[in-house]
Amino acid sequence: MSTREREEPLEILQGTLDLLILRTLIFGPEHGQGIARAIQQTSGDEFLVEHGALYPALQRLEERGWISAKWGTSSNNRKARFYSLTAAGRKQLVKETSKWKRLAAAIGRVLGPEEG
Amino acid sequence: MFRRKRSADDFSAEIEAHLQLEIDRLQEQGLSYEQARTAAYRAFGNTTRARERFYESNRWIGWDNLCQDVRFAWRMLRKSAGFTAVAVLTIALGIGATTAIFSVVNATLLRPLPYPNPEQLVEIEDDLPGIGSYDIGLSQPEWQDLQHSGIFQYVSPAWFDENNLTGVSQPARVSLLIVAPNYFALLGVKPQLGRIFDPNNYSPGFVGEVLISDGLWKRSFGSDPHILDKTLRLDTDLYHIVGVMPPGFHAPGRSPAERNTEVWAAYSFFGPPMSAQQPRSQRFLPEAIARLKPGLTLVQAQQHLDALVASLRQQYPADYPAQAGWRVRLLPLKETLVGNVRQSLILLLGAVAVVLLIGCVNIANLLLARASAREREVAIRQALGAARARLIRQFMTESLLLSLLGGMVGIGLLLATKDALLRLVPSNLPQLNRVSIDWSVLLFALGASLICGMIFGLAPALPAGRLDVTSGLKEVARGATGSGKQARTRRALVITELGLSLVLMIAACLLLRSFWDLLNAPLGFNPASAMTIRTRLPYPNDPKLDRYATAAQEAPFLHELLRRTRALPGVEEVALGDSGAIPLDQSQKELNLLAQGHYFFQLEGREIQRDQAPWAERVMVTPEYFHLLRIPLLRGRLFDEFDDDKKPSVAVIDEAFARTFWPNENAIGKRFRSTRAESPWVTVIGVVANTRTDSLAESAVPQIYSSLYQTGTHHLAIFLRGKLDPAVISRQVRQQVQSIDPRLPVFGAQKIEDAVTASVAERRFSLQMVGLFAFAALVLAAIGIYGVISYMVGARTREIGIRLALGASRATILQMVLRQGLSLAAIGAAAGLVAALVVAQLMSRLVYGIRPTDLATFAGVAALLIAVAALACYLPARRAVKVDPTVALRCD
Repeated sequence: MSTREREEPLEILQGTLDLLILRTLIFGPEHGQGIARAIQQTSGDEFLVEHGALYPALQRLEERGWISAKWGTSSNNRKARFYSLTAAGRKQLVKETSKWKRLAAAIGRVLGPEEG
Repeated sequence: MFRRKRSADDFSAEIEAHLQLEIDRLQEQGLSYEQARTAAYRAFGNTTRARERFYESNRWIGWDNLCQDVRFAWRMLRKSAGFTAVAVLTIALGIGATTAIFSVVNATLLRPLPYPNPEQLVEIEDDLPGIGSYDIGLSQPEWQDLQHSGIFQYVSPAWFDENNLTGVSQPARVSLLIVAPNYFALLGVKPQLGRIFDPNNYSPGFVGEVLISDGLWKRSFGSDPHILDKTLRLDTDLYHIVGVMPPGFHAPGRSPAERNTEVWAAYSFFGPPMSAQQPRSQRFLPEAIARLKPGLTLVQAQQHLDALVASLRQQYPADYPAQAGWRVRLLPLKETLVGNVRQSLILLLGAVAVVLLIGCVNIANLLLARASAREREVAIRQALGAARARLIRQFMTESLLLSLLGGMVGIGLLLATKDALLRLVPSNLPQLNRVSIDWSVLLFALGASLICGMIFGLAPALPAGRLDVTSGLKEVARGATGSGKQARTRRALVITELGLSLVLMIAACLLLRSFWDLLNAPLGFNPASAMTIRTRLPYPNDPKLDRYATAAQEAPFLHELLRRTRALPGVEEVALGDSGAIPLDQSQKELNLLAQGHYFFQLEGREIQRDQAPWAERVMVTPEYFHLLRIPLLRGRLFDEFDDDKKPSVAVIDEAFARTFWPNENAIGKRFRSTRAESPWVTVIGVVANTRTDSLAESAVPQIYSSLYQTGTHHLAIFLRGKLDPAVISRQVRQQVQSIDPRLPVFGAQKIEDAVTASVAERRFSLQMVGLFAFAALVLAAIGIYGVISYMVGARTREIGIRLALGASRATILQMVLRQGLSLAAIGAAAGLVAALVVAQLMSRLVYGIRPTDLATFAGVAALLIAVAALACYLPARRAVKVDPTVALRCD
């Protein structure tokens, strides 16, 4: 239903957005727009992140206590709400990352080596 | 971990910030502000949706919706103030009445007895089912068997009697409960002053100590703080006052008089005044209560008891003949205290619930009519995306708000009128003093309100949720109101309402009929301008001190009393009798008087099986009694003052006695005697007409009249006829009685007409209540059918206009409208009649004298209902006829 201008960008899999956000925040506090940008860039523009979809995820992570938020000032002097990783969030990231790696490896084995 | 919820504004600010940062970044990349803005918004997606999702993630959304709904409902209710007032008032009356009845039910039937561990308290009843005798009381040895059976902590007989209190300023009659010394330990209660009896005292004769009630302490002893040093005299015997019971304490008695016991005396029921050895077969102790051993259930206790009874029957075969089938039953004490009040209360609760239900149906109808007027609103809101569940919820909120408002007003009304209402309740209701509006009653009111709200809320809510948007909008555009489905629901509701009110009306009429029968039953005596005053001769525990021990000793007192009262101003006739001779006197039924009540006897020449003797009611009177009460002599002669204890015993019997025991013979000259040992033969000298002196409901109780001069009695009643003022005459009689014997109390002055009225007070109360409810139901049903027909006429104004314009006569229109209304009434009446037949069957089991297949009542009430319905339809029908075709066609 959304924009289709770019060349077949990947829809983010259910549940992976949380992982990506936590991963992005490992480099320090970041605001919503920055997180969206970072995910897009670090994935080599493979992921399409509808920025609006980011916020319910942020909301959820905040409620679970994995990230915390504070209003601050951006590099270009704009007001923005900055998110940072909490200790619980760090633990969760480690857990989710290893889970994701196992999943990816398993899928890789199922799909076979020929595609590389 | 506990963080404050983020506000929606804060979230919006974050989104704004995000968009601004994105615009900044894109502008840096060289885009114009316009392009950057468009791109930023595109990348973000739907901002409104994001805000909505934030809003929905809020955990309090349900609460938020509710607040919104309540606000909206409140606005809607205020907008139609008239409708709201009618609805709230209907519910208020319904909930108020239902809660009032419930508060009585709660106090009498539901709340536990006000004693510690009330579940352990039981009543003991002895039966001889083999000869059809129930609750016959127990004998002293049987009491001791039970006390030592290991089943009970304590067992105490209770013997309720009246007594003469002297040693205070004015001799008074007090109500006395003779109990075992363990009585107060059994109940687990403590006095406000002093101590209880020693529960382990088991010695012959009375203990010589009494406890008194708070009321007696205040009334006769002026709340004397040194009361414990005082003594009082009961029937001339001296007793020490060892305790005063607290103000709220009531004995767990079966009658109101017993519950208001004023003096408790302790006795182990052997030794003076009774014999030292009590025979097992003499069941003198009228009732007994007990406390079960802890941990024993009623069922287990009954099993142990059955085993005990079986072994006793084996041990004493002469005392317990097999054919009598002696058994002992344990009943929860509460059950026996409530007694037959339960039936009246259940009847009332049922009736009031039906009224409430009819009220709900009425409001459902009103709401339905309003809902169809609001179809456009619903359609528009649905078109704008309101979910069906949300719409239903909103309608329900409105109804619940309405019902809760009604409930609150109802409780307010109840609290305001509580004292007036309580005065309507007959005073013989057990636990009347405990009736209160407490938490459980309020909770009941809340629950009832919510249920009502749901009942009448569902009717309009369901169709509203099902409404088809396009057709809804179209229908509204056309100006039609009310879909076919709604009209059907409304008709069904009116039919229900009519049916229910018919049931209630028939119930009320059946009660009325049985009450009417009761009031019009031939009394067999004439109570007009007759009255009674009581006095009582003392029974000292030592019979040698009794100045009135024999009839011969009593006779001079009786003659003197007659002579003196006859001379009082205004007195035309005087007679004496025992207190049992007072017609329909309630207070006497409550006393366990040995001398009166069931008189077991044996007819001369006919052998009887032991324990199977026939019985009759026996009263003792002086010869003037029959003329004073205008009881006609049918055969033989009445006794005269020469039939004293030196002459052979004689008796006058009533027609019922003669017909029962000597059906085809002349009763005059026949003889009978009491089954008690060494009783003399009594010769029948006359037969009088039947009277209903025992109960208005029972006509043919065999009755024996003995000569007071031959039997004597300590429980005296003075009968007077003439133009008398009870207050004045009782003062004069007191002077006369006390100038003969200054120790005697004079009390209980009442007109016999009042005794007759009082004997049906409870039934009158039930009748008044159910009648009131039935009337309310009829009015509600009339309003209901009126509402539906007027609504229908309103909706069909255009159609009627067209019909009139095309030449239909006004009579045809009138007929059309009436036919519609009456068909509803007829269906409702038919359904109601079927239900009423069932209800009448149930009622005939609950209430004495109900004729469940009283065709006249059924037909009459149904006709009345249809007539009222016809009237309720006629008013809107007339309006329909008056429709002006030109106006009607222009009206939309």
